[in-house]
Amino acid sequence: MSFEPKIIGFTCNWCSYAAADLAGVSRMQYPHNVRLVRVMCSGMVHPRVVSQAFEMGADGVLVMG
Amino acid sequence: MITLAEITDVTGEPGNFQVEVTRRPRFVDTEKCIACGLCAEKCPKKVDDEYNEKISKRKAVYIPYAQAVPQKYAIDADNCIYLKSGKCGACEKFCPAGAINFEDKPQTVNLNVGAIILSPGFAAFDPTGIRTWGYGEFKNVITAMEMERILSASGPTEGHLVRPSDKKEVKRIAFIQCVGSRDLNKSRNGYCSSVCCTYAIKQAMMAKDHVKDLEASIFFMDMRTHGKEFERYYERAKGLGIEFKRCRVHSLEPVSETSDIYFRYIDDCGRQLETQYDLVVLSVGLCTPPSAMELAYHAGVELNENRFVESSSFDPVATSRPGVFSCGAFSGPKDIPQTVMEASAAAADATRLLAGARNSLTRTKEFPPEIEVASDEVRIGVFICHCGTNIAGVIDVERLARYAETLPNVAHVGRNLFTCSQDTQDIIKNAIRDKGLNRVVVAACTPRTHEPLFRETLKSAGLNEYLFDMANIRNQDSWVHAAEPERATEKAMDLVRMSVAKVGLLTPLPSISVPVNQAALVIGGGISGMVSALELADHGFHVSLVEKANVLGGQARHLFRTWKGELIEPALQELDARVRSNPLITLHLESTVGSAEGFVGNFKSTIVRGKDSRVVEHGATIIATGGQGYVPEGEYLFGTSSRVFTAIEFDKLRMVGDRRMKQAKNYVFIQCVGSRCEERMYCSRVCCTHSVQAAIELKESSPAGEVFVLYRDMRTYGQREELYRKAREKGVVFIHYEAHQMPKVRPLEPRRLEVEVFDHILHEPLRIVTDIVVLATAITPNAATAELADIYKLPVDADGFFQEAHAKLRPVDFAADGIFMAGLAHCPKPVDESIAQAKAAAGRAVSVLAGSSIDLEATKATVVNANCDGCAMCLDVCPYKAISLVSEEEAGGKRNARVEVNLAQCKGCGLCQATCPKDGIYVAGFSLEQIAAQVEAALAG
Repeated sequence: MSFEPKIIGFTCNWCSYAAADLAGVSRMQYPHNVRLVRVMCSGMVHPRVVSQAFEMGADGVLVMG
Repeated sequence: MITLAEITDVTGEPGNFQVEVTRRPRFVDTEKCIACGLCAEKCPKKVDDEYNEKISKRKAVYIPYAQAVPQKYAIDADNCIYLKSGKCGACEKFCPAGAINFEDKPQTVNLNVGAIILSPGFAAFDPTGIRTWGYGEFKNVITAMEMERILSASGPTEGHLVRPSDKKEVKRIAFIQCVGSRDLNKSRNGYCSSVCCTYAIKQAMMAKDHVKDLEASIFFMDMRTHGKEFERYYERAKGLGIEFKRCRVHSLEPVSETSDIYFRYIDDCGRQLETQYDLVVLSVGLCTPPSAMELAYHAGVELNENRFVESSSFDPVATSRPGVFSCGAFSGPKDIPQTVMEASAAAADATRLLAGARNSLTRTKEFPPEIEVASDEVRIGVFICHCGTNIAGVIDVERLARYAETLPNVAHVGRNLFTCSQDTQDIIKNAIRDKGLNRVVVAACTPRTHEPLFRETLKSAGLNEYLFDMANIRNQDSWVHAAEPERATEKAMDLVRMSVAKVGLLTPLPSISVPVNQAALVIGGGISGMVSALELADHGFHVSLVEKANVLGGQARHLFRTWKGELIEPALQELDARVRSNPLITLHLESTVGSAEGFVGNFKSTIVRGKDSRVVEHGATIIATGGQGYVPEGEYLFGTSSRVFTAIEFDKLRMVGDRRMKQAKNYVFIQCVGSRCEERMYCSRVCCTHSVQAAIELKESSPAGEVFVLYRDMRTYGQREELYRKAREKGVVFIHYEAHQMPKVRPLEPRRLEVEVFDHILHEPLRIVTDIVVLATAITPNAATAELADIYKLPVDADGFFQEAHAKLRPVDFAADGIFMAGLAHCPKPVDESIAQAKAAAGRAVSVLAGSSIDLEATKATVVNANCDGCAMCLDVCPYKAISLVSEEEAGGKRNARVEVNLAQCKGCGLCQATCPKDGIYVAGFSLEQIAAQVEAALAG
C-alpha cells in the first residue's frame, strides 16, 4: 500500500479557512488526507501545538494564514 | 435586500419619499434555495457567462459569481428553455428544496423612506468597432476586464495567462492606456478614468507573477499613480522590469500566421520603433451605463456633460435633489478607497436626515435566562445535516450518525434534511430541553455562514451560545471529495470526532457589552475637522473640537479655489460660523490633546490649553490634524530669489495684488517639488490641478503672457482633465521633464529668471526667460501626526501619514475600534475628498455612538494569573495594543507583575497565546488545550 500521509492544517478563520470553504463552493477536488483545524488567526498557533501534532502522529503540518 | 430591482419612480421630499420599485422575477424562492447547485448541474442550457466576460459558459439557472450575495440561484428568463418554450423543467424536477417557481411574476414594491442613496456604479468602456485597437476583430486584443478574469484563480483559465486565439502561454504583453478616456476623438469621454494606470500596473505585476520571463510593456500618456502608496507601487513595477513607454499607439495590425499583434510607435526620444506582442490589453475607462442614466432620470437627479452626478466640492455626496445622495463612480471615476469613503459619507448624510427617527423601528429579541451548566456532566448533542443530497449524496450519513453515538459524552444524535431550516431549530431546541444537552455539534456546512444561526438557537434554548461547534462536512468534505464517498465518510467521522473533542472542553462565555459615552472628540479644526464635528452635531451628538491654532480653518485658509472653481474662503467662513453657533459643539482653541486613555465607547482625553488641562470623556475619536506644505530646501533658488514662490504663496500674493504679480508677464510652474522623490515617494495629488488652474487664470487675465508648466506626469485625474485640456487650448505650454533631468533656475538680470529644461521633443535643452517661478510643493505630514500616534497608540505609514485599517475597504478607520481619520493626516488630498472623508469619519463614529452600549464577541484573550509572571512579551506582539502590564501587591508586601487584557480592544487573534512561554494567556474557545484536543482527535482515526 502506498504511503498516505496524515496532514493537519491550521487555518485562519478570515482567510485560509474561508478559502477552503470557497474551494468547496467551486467544487475543486483535492486529496482527502488533510484535516483542518479552524483558528481565529494563524498567529495563535503556538509552536508547541505544531510539535504536539507531530508527536501525535501527523506526517505534515500546514499553518495557513 | 431587494434584488433584481429597479427604481421606477421617486416622489416626495427629504424625510418622506415614496419610491416605486419594480422587481423582476427570480423564479427561485430564496427562502427555500439552499444554493446546492443541483439545478445548474442539471440545466441543459449553456449561456455566455457575463461575469467571466463571456470567456466561459454558465447555465440558464445560475449564481452570478461564487461570492454573490445572496447565495441564491436565479433563472435567466431570456435563456431558460422552460420559460421560453414550456419544455424542460429539469431544475424543478431535481431541486431537493422545491425552490423553483416558474410562476414567479414581476412585482411592484412601494417603499416609504426618508433618504435615498444612489450607487449604481460604472460600466467599462466598450471599444468594439474602433479600428485603431482592432478590438472584436483581432482575437488577441482584449479589455482589462477580460484580463482581470484571466488572471483570477477562479476565472475561466484558473489564473493561467493564455491568450484567446490559441491558448498559448503569453510571453510578451502590452497594455494600452486611456482607451475610452481622455479621448474625445474615438470616445465621448474627455475625462481621465483615474484608476486605469494603477490597475494596468497591477495586472502587469500579476501577469509577471504567473509567467516569470514575461515581457510586459505599458504604453501611456501620463502615469497617474496619485493614490496613497501608489507611487511606490509604480516604482516597484519598474524595478520588476515592467517597461513604461510614454507614447500613444496610433494603430495595431495583426500578424496573420501567428495571431500576434504588430505595433508601430514613436518613443519619447522620437525614434520610430516596431515590435510584436502575443497579447494586447486595452485599459478601458469608466462610463455611466444607460441603466444608471435611467436611474438618475427616475430619481430626478441631474447629470453633467460627462454623464456623472454633478455635486459641489463642499457637499460631495449630495445631488441636485435634496435628500438624494450618491456615492462611488456614479459621481465621477474613482478608485475603491475613495468610493468607500463616499459610501460612508453618503450614509452619514442620509442618517443625518433621519437622526430624529433613530432606533424607532428596531426590535429587540428576548432570550430565556441562561441555564447553569458549568459543573454538570458533559452531554453532547450531534446534529447531522443531509443538506438535501449535498452531504447525504456523498457521505453515508447513517453510518456517520451510528459512529457519532459511540463517541464519549455524546447523549443524542439527530439527522435532518436541512439543519438550517426553521423547523430543525425547534427540533434542536426540544432536544436540548428533553435530553438535557449542554453542548451542541452541528455537522453541516461552514461556521462562517451558519454559526450565528445555531448560536441563536442555543440561546433561545437557554444554553450559552459558545457551547457550540460545527463540523464542516459539506464545503470541506462532501463537495471536495465527491468521487470518493468512502473516504469522505471517514473524513466526516474524523471531523465530527474533532468537534466532539473540542466542544466537551468549551465553557460558557459571558456576553460582553461595553457602555458607550455618546459624545465625540474631534482633533483638528481644519476643514475636515469642522465638517466632521458639524456632521456629528447634526446627528445629535455632543462634540469637543480641539484646534491648536487660535482660528479654525487649517490649511484651507491658504487655499483659493477648488478645482471646480468654487471660492474656498466664503465656504470656510460659513463652516466657521456654523461650528461656533452650534450648541452641541464645544470649541477648544489654542488647545492640544496631551494624553489619552480608554477604548471604543469609553475614551478619556486630556485637553491642554496653556497651563490648564481638562479631561473629556467620549465614545469615539476623529483625528483630522491635517498636513503641511513642504518648504523647499534651496531648490530652484527658493529662499534666494524674491521671484520664486510656492504655490500657496503665489495664490496669496495674487489675491492681495502684489506688485511683482501685477508686473509679471511670463510664468513658469515647476511640478513635483518635494514629491515623488526618494525622501517622499508619494504624489501630493493636488499640485498638478492647482498649477493648471492657475495657468488658465493667468492666460485669461493676460493672453499675451507666456505660461509654462514643467511636469513629470500631468495628474489632472478624473474630471479635472477638463482643466488640462482647457489650459492647452488657451496656449499654456506643457513641457515634460524626467526625474534625472530636473529643470534648473538661474538669476538672469534684476527681476528676471532663466529656467532651463531638457525638451524631449526637440531633444535639446530649452531656456525660458520668466518673471516668476512657482513651485508646486509637496504636502507633508505635520508634527501632530507623530504626537497623536504616540498618545492613542496608532500606526503611521512609511511616509509619516496615519495608516488606515485597510487600504481599500476601511479607509477612514484605524485598526483600533472607535478611532477614525480624515483629511491630510491620512494622505494628501484636495478639499472635496477631505470633506467626503470627514463626513465618512463622522458616519463611522455615528455607528459607534448610535447605541448606549456595544455588544462584543466573547472570544477574547484571558490571563491565567497563576502562570503569568509579567514578562510582557505579549504586549509587543498584540496588534491592537489591548494588553497592559499591571503590578499588584501580594499578602507579604511583595509586588507581583502580570498582564491585563482590555476586552473591548482585544480581537481574540491569540498572538499572545502563541507567544507566551508560560501558558499565562489563552483565547477562550481556542485555547491550546482545545486545539490540541482537536489535533489528537483528528489523528485518532
